[in-house]
Amino acid sequence: MGVIGQLILAYLAVLGFGLIINIPHQALNLAGWIGTVTWGGYLLVQVFDGGVVLGSFIGSVGIGVLSSLAARYKKMPSIIFNIPSLVSFVPGSQAYQMVRNFALGNYDQAVGFMLQVVVITGAIALGFLVAELLNQLIAFCRQHWQQLRS
Amino acid sequence: MTTDELIIATCLKAGKIMVENGSEISRVDDTMTRIAQNAGVVQANTYVTITGVMMSIQGRNATQIASITKRTIDLEKVAQVNQYSREFADQRIDLPTLHARLNQLDQASRSFPLWLQLVGAALVSGPLMIMFRQETINTWPTVLIGTLGYLVFYLLNRYLKIKFLSELAAALFIGFAAEWTYQIGWGTNINDIIIGALMPLVPGVPLTNAVRDILAGNFVSGPARAVEALISAAALGFGIAVVITIF
Repeated sequence: MGVIGQLILAYLAVLGFGLIINIPHQALNLAGWIGTVTWGGYLLVQVFDGGVVLGSFIGSVGIGVLSSLAARYKKMPSIIFNIPSLVSFVPGSQAYQMVRNFALGNYDQAVGFMLQVVVITGAIALGFLVAELLNQLIAFCRQHWQQLRS
Repeated sequence: MTTDELIIATCLKAGKIMVENGSEISRVDDTMTRIAQNAGVVQANTYVTITGVMMSIQGRNATQIASITKRTIDLEKVAQVNQYSREFADQRIDLPTLHARLNQLDQASRSFPLWLQLVGAALVSGPLMIMFRQETINTWPTVLIGTLGYLVFYLLNRYLKIKFLSELAAALFIGFAAEWTYQIGWGTNINDIIIGALMPLVPGVPLTNAVRDILAGNFVSGPARAVEALISAAALGFGIAVVITIF
């Protein structure tokens, strides 16, 4: 499975989730691209052996910043972009393994997977927080730049 | 209707539509305050939670409450309210028009038809299974079961109106269908099929909004949404756990 293939799949998945939660059709393409770019960032972290947690963190920071830029460009709420693009970062595989091991009675493994789910979800939430900080920084710089020019 | 009443009715309608269709709370607050300001109110007080919206105009005898009993996910409507609010701020439409348009929007149905949502479910389940599990043998069973699982969820949710029960039923269906494809030899790995097929049902909107609300300091709505997401996840997990224990 090549990198290009993964990126195309990421685009398709984000597009699909956008259709399910009914985002405006003008936003579908851009949301797909945000998902693709951030999944590329995640893959890049994997190349340097950064692990799933750091990858999810970088991905969610990217999603937060790019969604805010896209929201300003398209004049739409930013959740329209960041909810669908987050779909490929959901720890679905780990969550499933957690449920499966609980059901089968392998509590040691189940707790291990549960911790993974918690840590990945926490990394995504933290990523949003950092992205919010960056967004305010960008808005601040933009304001000052406009004041300098005028 | 006096002007004050119309302002409050318009703001409440906007807030109600936004909360009902899955917007985060700080945006609802912001939009309502903006509409009120653009309508000439100096200071409006809004109190938005996930189950109700309240608004009063400072110094005047006007306060109204709108309760929110149903919640779906339709981000197009959130974007539309946003758009109308912008047009009102630019004075391209006046207050009665805004109110009429919001009423119209509230009645309107989703713009994407069911078959397009099913295409969406297919696009989510297949690609994500390949991305998570790095294998392509089980793609077609996953796509089929994911689409049918979403159809089960959609139909039950439409007629049963209990979201968690529909999720449980959809998860049971996915589990049994995955087991069946495994037994007839079409699918080779039941775990991969279930992971992919469940992805369209993941409570992404409540989860993201819970995080955003909590970060924004809305400690009433944030945890409430987190509970909603948790119960959805638990319903899905329980359905799958039943299937795993049976086989």
